[in-house]
Amino acid sequence: MPTILPSEPIPDVPIELEQGSSLWRDAWHRLSKNKIAVFGGVTLIVLTIACIFGPLISSYSYEDQDLYLGASAPSAEHWLGTDTLGRDLFVRLLVGGRISIGVGLCATLVALTIGVIYGATAGFFGGKIDAFMMRIVDIMYALPFTIFVILLMVFFGRNIVLLFVAIGAVEWLTMARIVRGQIMSIKSMEFIEAARSIGLGKRRIIFRHMIPNVLGPIIVYTTLTIPAVMLLEAFLSFLGLGVQPPLSSWGVLIKDGAEKMEEFWWLLLFPGSVFSLTLFSLNFLGDGLRDALDVQSSKD
Amino acid sequence: MFRFIARRLLQIIPVLWVIVTATFFMIRFVPGGPFTAEKAVTPEILRNLEAHYGLDKPLYQQYFDYMGNLLFHGDLGPSFKYASRTVNEIIADKLPVSIELGAISLGIALFFGLILGVIAAVKRNSFFDYLASSVAMIGICVPTFVLGPLLVLFFAIHLGWFNASGWYTNIDRVLPSATLGMVYAAYVARLTRGGMLEVLNQDYIRTARAKGASEFRVIFRHALSGGILPVISFLGPAIAGILTGSFVIETIFQIPGLGREFVNSAFNRDYTLVLGTVILYASLIVILNLIVDVVQVWLNPKLKFE
Repeated sequence: MPTILPSEPIPDVPIELEQGSSLWRDAWHRLSKNKIAVFGGVTLIVLTIACIFGPLISSYSYEDQDLYLGASAPSAEHWLGTDTLGRDLFVRLLVGGRISIGVGLCATLVALTIGVIYGATAGFFGGKIDAFMMRIVDIMYALPFTIFVILLMVFFGRNIVLLFVAIGAVEWLTMARIVRGQIMSIKSMEFIEAARSIGLGKRRIIFRHMIPNVLGPIIVYTTLTIPAVMLLEAFLSFLGLGVQPPLSSWGVLIKDGAEKMEEFWWLLLFPGSVFSLTLFSLNFLGDGLRDALDVQSSKD
Repeated sequence: MFRFIARRLLQIIPVLWVIVTATFFMIRFVPGGPFTAEKAVTPEILRNLEAHYGLDKPLYQQYFDYMGNLLFHGDLGPSFKYASRTVNEIIADKLPVSIELGAISLGIALFFGLILGVIAAVKRNSFFDYLASSVAMIGICVPTFVLGPLLVLFFAIHLGWFNASGWYTNIDRVLPSATLGMVYAAYVARLTRGGMLEVLNQDYIRTARAKGASEFRVIFRHALSGGILPVISFLGPAIAGILTGSFVIETIFQIPGLGREFVNSAFNRDYTLVLGTVILYASLIVILNLIVDVVQVWLNPKLKFE
């Protein structure tokens, strides 16, 4: 380690003020070095843009049938082939993606909202309130929730709003646990004490001072919740309980494809691959964010 | 230890009560009844049907009757759709198939997951390590309802090695169990690798080596018992996942198990069968979770004092 001796004159070079680099800038830097996470992020952006704008510029519509054509293999006219009703698979895939991604985002938003508010409240108050609230979470963890979502979908109609509310209501538990743990750990830090000493209200302390400081883990687990939610949606749609025709989601397309794969392999292969690619991208982007934001893995 | 088990057993009771009660009332408040079928029945027949199944009684009476039969006789009542069959009979008929599927899948998951995980940890950054992470990646990113049909397409239809569906011979067990087990093998491999890596650097492993224990003995006797702990705590979610996964697998491979029956009964609004299956699955999951917790405490002395 180079040391400057006292006798040595201080070198007369203009001192460049080092740019302070924030947590977010550091994280961004680390993330951009993680090739597989960048790949995941780029894939997701491309997919999302394609799903939003693709169907608008395509000459086919997702419900246009061409019964003379029927199911045709991938060709120059229909890049990914057509289904048994002669509908263009590529456009159906993009439109299905809107639903799948949309449900993924909305349900995650529901889970995020419930989980953050619940976890932050439990962590902030601590003591008996915390013990009671987290005991409820423990009990709910033990419940077979997928079964309840299935029952909800069967009995109360397969309505898309209900679908993501139901999924979101299942997926908030882990988020609540993580946020609670984080809040507990920053609760006794000086800046919270300072905020309290100037007389801020509890709600303001929680939402203005605590939550922004636990944003890292929240972002990471949000990214990892989206694939879990999309998987659940596709699972339900595969059983015929999710999104209903004529709307389609990736789960619906995979279900159709699996039924007809013996003759028309492309109906299974393309939706399956796109769906898997999306899950892959989201999972690796989430892992990359976890490393970049240096969030301790409390899951595994 | 005994107190721990007793306390957990006491916790189970309210959980199960909530499940039974919530499901019971949820089903009763559903719009449309079990007999709103395609064929409209005359009001007289409907009344007779309802009287036969006790649906004409007040709701609380129905609830207490159901709970009483369940608690004192283990009786889940008659099925609404399969005339003359009881829910208990249907479950007794279908459950063994699902248990067999689940047990083989779990066996596959543990066997391949542990082997891959241990090799990946011991030969870190080698070919096997990458192989193990690739398998894990496939298992995590390709869901069962994509993997299953793809395996059928390739191995059954293209190569003709297996039947595409059915549950008759031993060879029919291969594809469904492999599909269902694969996902969990992936998670088990990842967790084993992580657990082993953590343990392999610890002092007691060095001590074992210094004593002259063979590498095999060090890995399987000393390291594995610590490295396996994350896998044990994953077993609870894994069992729950295999149970719900069986709904899809049994549908894809047309296996006459309880999972497929549950999905059908939900579509058919066979209330008692739905209720019975939910109670059974919930109890299974809760009890298996308890066993996993106990094993976890038993294997990890650190937890005993908490």
